[in-house]
Amino acid sequence: MSQTVDARGLSCPQPVLDTLAAIAAAGSGRIVVIVDTEASKENVARAAQGRGWNVDSVEESGGEYTLNLSKE
Amino acid sequence: MKNFFATGWGIVTVGLVIGVLAPFLQYWGNPGNMGICVACFERDVSGALGMHRAAVVQYLRPEIMGFVLGALGAALFTRDFRPRAGSAPIVRFVLGVFAMIGALVFLGCPWRALLRLAGGDLNAIFGIAGLVVGIWLGTLFFKSGYNLGRAQKTYTSVGLLLPLIMAGLLLLLLLNPQAEGADKSGVLFYSLKGPGAMHAPLAASLLVGLLVGFIAQRSRFCTVGAFRDLILFRQTHLLKGLFALFAAALLVNLVLGQTKVGIEGQPVAHTLYFWNFAGMVLAGLAFALAGGCPGRQLFMAGEGDGDAAVFVVGMIVGAAFAHNFGLASSPKGLGPNGALAVVIGMLVCLFIGFTMRKKA
Repeated sequence: MSQTVDARGLSCPQPVLDTLAAIAAAGSGRIVVIVDTEASKENVARAAQGRGWNVDSVEESGGEYTLNLSKE
Repeated sequence: MKNFFATGWGIVTVGLVIGVLAPFLQYWGNPGNMGICVACFERDVSGALGMHRAAVVQYLRPEIMGFVLGALGAALFTRDFRPRAGSAPIVRFVLGVFAMIGALVFLGCPWRALLRLAGGDLNAIFGIAGLVVGIWLGTLFFKSGYNLGRAQKTYTSVGLLLPLIMAGLLLLLLLNPQAEGADKSGVLFYSLKGPGAMHAPLAASLLVGLLVGFIAQRSRFCTVGAFRDLILFRQTHLLKGLFALFAAALLVNLVLGQTKVGIEGQPVAHTLYFWNFAGMVLAGLAFALAGGCPGRQLFMAGEGDGDAAVFVVGMIVGAAFAHNFGLASSPKGLGPNGALAVVIGMLVCLFIGFTMRKKA
């Protein structure tokens, strides 16, 4: 069961804050993060990797990015 | 295409480029320790348009237009232009106004605070300390749920409005060049003395502005985000860029003979420790609550962020208030109403921070 963080439309530092909150709550497993700027995509990926999570894939569609994060 | 500028080396490169070019802009004619100052330059723009009539700070700084148009170019070139707006614009306007007032009590934006220190102006230490405290206050609000809400995708033309305004201003500047010894040309005001009369050649200012706008948009360079991310997430990514800027400016100032270490008699600066500190606490808090430093707001406005554009307009209007109401400092010291303005600004920012929190 993966959790989804919808950070579309949110400005800095909210997408990263929301992602890290989800990471802290989950501990491990899968998290899906949706953002709509390239800056947020980079920031979320950097923050997740900094916490030892993997960015398995990033899908782009219609100007939105879906990041699939996971940790064993 | 991988974005090199989003890497650690990328942000360092951008910091180095800005840190080298800013002292050169000073060498080519910009005011002391003011090779680049977003707040000061927007204040000069405000003066050039006659929104305030402080005679010594009137010049339509091409760097500002370059920042926005360079960022627009980068965003279009890399398909990163995202027209968006609607996240509490009036709040962003008010934050822009008070960010500018705080910056003008100190006499500089975060960029200039670094450049002042890199030129040997030790008063800047108090400003930078204030900036960090202000940003720290902002992070407390973020931790307790402060959130200005979501922006919406919107028409491309919404995102183009501020870049178009900047293009229009640039056109005004080209059509109304300063005549020798005249303080007005067409609709534009110019300074005959003071910082507003000191500027690099138009082409140099514009080209540096465009280049910095381009690479800063790609790297998300942000002086406020640097400290915010360190405090909030223990992340040092943006901070690397800031250190690179400082180190490069320090070195280039030494090479160009622009270093003067001390407290007294620094260019466009005063020595009131407390108010250097307090002005930047206000500015730092306002920038943090708005999500980025004044440079970053220009770059975001260039990539289509209508809310950042409103913040920019707020800063330009704030500069008008700062000079019309006697809030801005000068080398002689505080403006007559500067202290009161800082208190009011802090109260407004606290009101915004405390009342705009989403309950978890």
